[in-house]
Amino acid sequence: MDRFRMIFQYFQSSSESVMNGICGLLALASVKMYTSFDFSCPCLPQYNMAYGLGIMFVPPVILFLCGLILNRQSLVMLEEWRRPQGRRKKDLAVIRYMCSSIMQRAMVAPVVWIVVTLLDGKCLICAFSSSMDPENFVGFANVSPVQVQQLLAKVPCKDDELMKNNTSRKAVSRYLRCWSQALGWSILLILIIAAFLARWLRPFFNQAILLQARHWSNYIDIEQKIFEETCCEHSRLFAHKCVLHFFESMKQEIKLHSFSLPREGEGAEREGDLLRGITDQNKVNKLLKTWYCEKPPLDVS
Amino acid sequence: MDKFRMIFQFFQSNQESFMNGICGIMALASTQMYSAFDFNCPCLPHYNLAYGLGILLVPPFILFLLGFVLNNNISMLAEEWRRPQGQRGKDPAVLRYMFCSMAQRAMIAPVVWVSVTLLDGKCITCAFCTSVPMEILGNGSHPHLSQGEIQRVLARIPCKEIYNGQELIANEVAVRYLHCISQALGWCFVLLMTVMAFLVRSLRPCFSQAAFLKSRYWSHYIDIERKLFDETCAEHARSFAKVCIQQFFEGMSTDLHTHCHLPRKAPADAREAAEKLLGITDQGTMNMALKSWHRCKPPLKLHPPALPTGNGWAGEGQPPMHPCAPRRETAAYYSCV
Repeated sequence: MDRFRMIFQYFQSSSESVMNGICGLLALASVKMYTSFDFSCPCLPQYNMAYGLGIMFVPPVILFLCGLILNRQSLVMLEEWRRPQGRRKKDLAVIRYMCSSIMQRAMVAPVVWIVVTLLDGKCLICAFSSSMDPENFVGFANVSPVQVQQLLAKVPCKDDELMKNNTSRKAVSRYLRCWSQALGWSILLILIIAAFLARWLRPFFNQAILLQARHWSNYIDIEQKIFEETCCEHSRLFAHKCVLHFFESMKQEIKLHSFSLPREGEGAEREGDLLRGITDQNKVNKLLKTWYCEKPPLDVS
Repeated sequence: MDKFRMIFQFFQSNQESFMNGICGIMALASTQMYSAFDFNCPCLPHYNLAYGLGILLVPPFILFLLGFVLNNNISMLAEEWRRPQGQRGKDPAVLRYMFCSMAQRAMIAPVVWVSVTLLDGKCITCAFCTSVPMEILGNGSHPHLSQGEIQRVLARIPCKEIYNGQELIANEVAVRYLHCISQALGWCFVLLMTVMAFLVRSLRPCFSQAAFLKSRYWSHYIDIERKLFDETCAEHARSFAKVCIQQFFEGMSTDLHTHCHLPRKAPADAREAAEKLLGITDQGTMNMALKSWHRCKPPLKLHPPALPTGNGWAGEGQPPMHPCAPRRETAAYYSCV
């Protein structure tokens, strides 16, 4: 029993650390994905905006969903939300707490992607080069409108023949990069200030309710793990008994009485206790269904 | 038995992590295979499409099958599916659960291959270079070439060294266009797969949680039962061999010492081994036991042990005693109103 207690204490203290670890790994994965991704702007008038904004917004959605999928607590929260009430009331504050902590962790990797994209600048240059006002740039000022669109669309492609040594291309590129980086740094600053304020001001509001919500959300998580562990233990014992009974029934069929019944005594009794009277398929099914439909009240007095 | 219990608990709690580990390794192997693979577009009109799409679709199929082959539970699934019903009913929900969880894990490496291939762009560039829209990308003036000639020129787009259609359509323009389309397809594919995975995972607790708990329990049970049966058979074989050899030597010593009346000792060892034989003491009986295990698995119903005292279980409801001392802590909700 001591060993189980140690294992469960480990789980309790580090279930948060496991989730923080996954969060950090996803953020690193998002940076790595961006650096290994071969960004190639199409440099065509209608395609640039779609490509640029697509690269900026589609991967964050994917990373957000991955953050939700990989987080074990999101399943626990959904189960707690959808279970029938039974004998145990549902506390919405607990579910809200779990939801907000899951969302906060899932938001980290998408934000990292967007900030890295903005600080790098390629996406914004690709998306908005066609929307620049050509009058502001010497090289594009006196060109016909149709051609100016084509030229502006080619600004992100440094190696294009038309754009190779064009100083106006460099001007547009620098201008857009400057805006992109300013936007990136501003977003980062706003988010960090928001996180700081949220953490610092939290103790001033509803601290008691927060402590309760955190306790019961940990409790639900651990209860789920212990239930699964107990089911595993039970199925192992069930299988053990089943196999032994099978061999006994074989023995009865062959009518040999030279050897006495094996394993009578303390070992069998102890294992019988752990089976807790649940000794056939229907009882196991009923137990599992009752666990879901009617969780026991939180009262062990 | 304690040692076995610890090992089984380790496997049980870690079986999921073990299978997830294999999944992750196959996904990494698939990216490594792609980067080590030397992609050589043939740059010929009809071969490009076949080569490009072949590289896009054949390795994922191979990786999918490999995912099943490397999964130990595939033989368990097949066994449970094909066994005769006997005294134990078959639950199709359990079979479906086992198959779905294996298929989900086997899908990861192919999805990674397809995503990496699309995001890299070489395959799509090779496969669809003959279908680029000339009206959008082509240079205004192009010599009047026959359709076949144009196809041959366009087919050389992926091979920069031999491309000779610069006045028809600039190579970089076409390659950029095809890369853009390929990457858009790649990201959309990844998004679609992620949304599907998210829906599968989050809709399950909303609709079929009780059935899911049942299927998961019984699929673990079948796995453990199979392992325990193998262990019991191995123990039995060991005891059988021990007793057999013991009896052989005793028989030999009886033959050699027919006129000496040596006391025959039955060592404690042999008695213990004989007990472990569980009453099965010859080849025919063992064969019958093994055949019966396959043809007619026992029902999932344990009989109470035949104790000499009268107070066995009633068989229904809780056993008369608590398995452990009741805890004194009280847990209750407080709300601060």
